[in-house]
Amino acid sequence: MNFTSPESLIFWTTTVFIIFFLLLKKFAWKPILGAVKSREESINNALQSAEAARREMQDLTATNERILQEARMERDAMLKEAREMREKMIADSKNDAQAEGARMIEQAKLAINAEKNAAMSELKAQVSTLSLEIAEKLLKTELANKDSQKQLVEKMLGDVTLN
Amino acid sequence: MSKKSLQFLLAAFVACLPLVGIANTTADSTVVATEVVADQHADSAHETEEFNATQLINSHIGDSHEFHVADWDGHPISFYLPVILWTNSGLEIFSSENFHHDNTGHHVAEINGQQFVRNNEVIFYKDKYDALTVEEQGKGAFNFDARPLNFSITKNVFSMFLSAIIMLLLFLAVARSYKKNSKAPKGIAGFLEPLITFVRDDIARPNIGEKKYAKFMPYLLTIFFFIWINNLIGLVPFFPFSSNLTGNIYFTFVMAFITFIVTTLSGNKDYWGHIFNTPGVPVWLAPIMIPVEIIGMLTKPFALMIRLFANITAGHIIILSLFSLIFIFQTVAVSPISGAFVLFMMVLEMLVAALQAYIFTLLSALFIGQAVAEHDHH
Repeated sequence: MNFTSPESLIFWTTTVFIIFFLLLKKFAWKPILGAVKSREESINNALQSAEAARREMQDLTATNERILQEARMERDAMLKEAREMREKMIADSKNDAQAEGARMIEQAKLAINAEKNAAMSELKAQVSTLSLEIAEKLLKTELANKDSQKQLVEKMLGDVTLN
Repeated sequence: MSKKSLQFLLAAFVACLPLVGIANTTADSTVVATEVVADQHADSAHETEEFNATQLINSHIGDSHEFHVADWDGHPISFYLPVILWTNSGLEIFSSENFHHDNTGHHVAEINGQQFVRNNEVIFYKDKYDALTVEEQGKGAFNFDARPLNFSITKNVFSMFLSAIIMLLLFLAVARSYKKNSKAPKGIAGFLEPLITFVRDDIARPNIGEKKYAKFMPYLLTIFFFIWINNLIGLVPFFPFSSNLTGNIYFTFVMAFITFIVTTLSGNKDYWGHIFNTPGVPVWLAPIMIPVEIIGMLTKPFALMIRLFANITAGHIIILSLFSLIFIFQTVAVSPISGAFVLFMMVLEMLVAALQAYIFTLLSALFIGQAVAEHDHH
């Protein structure tokens, strides 16, 4: 190769390269590297926030699930309680009814007894009156002739001696 | 299916471009004549000089004061770049057209009373040039007595300006797109952002360390894209590209030197401690150790310089040699073969272009990382 004057190329290369370097550094590399870096950061941030949002979403879903579960449990509890209450009410009313019934029966019994007693005593009184009347009538008829009176007295006396 | 065939056509087109671009891009008309001869199946070979592949290749991988675009009707069409000379009597700026394509020291360009000649892309004072021996005339690059200081916008410098403008437009557009769009990157930004994050996450972070990498990111990004884009520009075989900037050792020297400066300036106590008082080494070894360590400081950027220069230049030389085969055998029958090889090499060079930019950046990051590393004290 023909070695031309070295100073020409060395001078121009140095000059051009330094000016070129300074220009590029100020107007190209700085904004480009800055933009690339800030974009990388923003991508990283976006990924991070996406991850955070995903996690938050997960948390939210979990919370929802939990709340739903709780609600379900509460509903079950309420239903159970209602059922129990109903059963208790039925049982209570049954008991009450029974007790009332029993009480009424008792009262009826008492009333019936009282009535029966009254009726009995009345019956007794009437029976005794009737018996007396009958006995009077009988005696009257019986004792209408003398023989029968004598017979009776004898019989009675016989009874007394027997005793 | 149609996409594949489109890609193939594109690749074939790129492979054929050098036939127009590279093969014509030479300052003298020798090759042009040879090409005509080759087209006529060498039946008039006696008309021209013998084809000189070395000269062709040298002129392509080297620098020049004018940008050769094409040849038309035996005459070269060139884009004339400004010549800037710091002469003994002040600054002279003139067009390279004044040399009339001469590169042998014969044509004298007279500018403001001063006479200049150009030999092998080195501009001399006419009177001092004539006093030199032929051998000295051919190797004047470091002969500062016989020539003025040359700050010309050469083909490589032009190409460097071009790449800087392309990259500024590209990255300022990217920066602007970020201002408007804070969501996922779109368009150019979507294409370049993976590369930027690649440099950050795979080059800077692992080699420099999480704490300090951010400070060096602008530098690493700049050299990565600067070298990569210039490597790619070197592969495009037509005007205004086709320069061999990253395969020029002056350029790679400056790049490696800047890395050296950055490394040295950011070196911490441990870095210098390792150089001047290597831990675990007896003091009486210091006279040996210190020079060795200082050589070690210099070999790292030196390797950077040579690696980039050699890789890119070698790629260009191989591609040009494959094309030269057509002219060496003087038959078009070779062209499909050399075309196929060139296609293969071009694809390989695309990979190398990115790979060398990556390696340069990676090693720069590694050296910086070594300079800023906090060592555990045993």
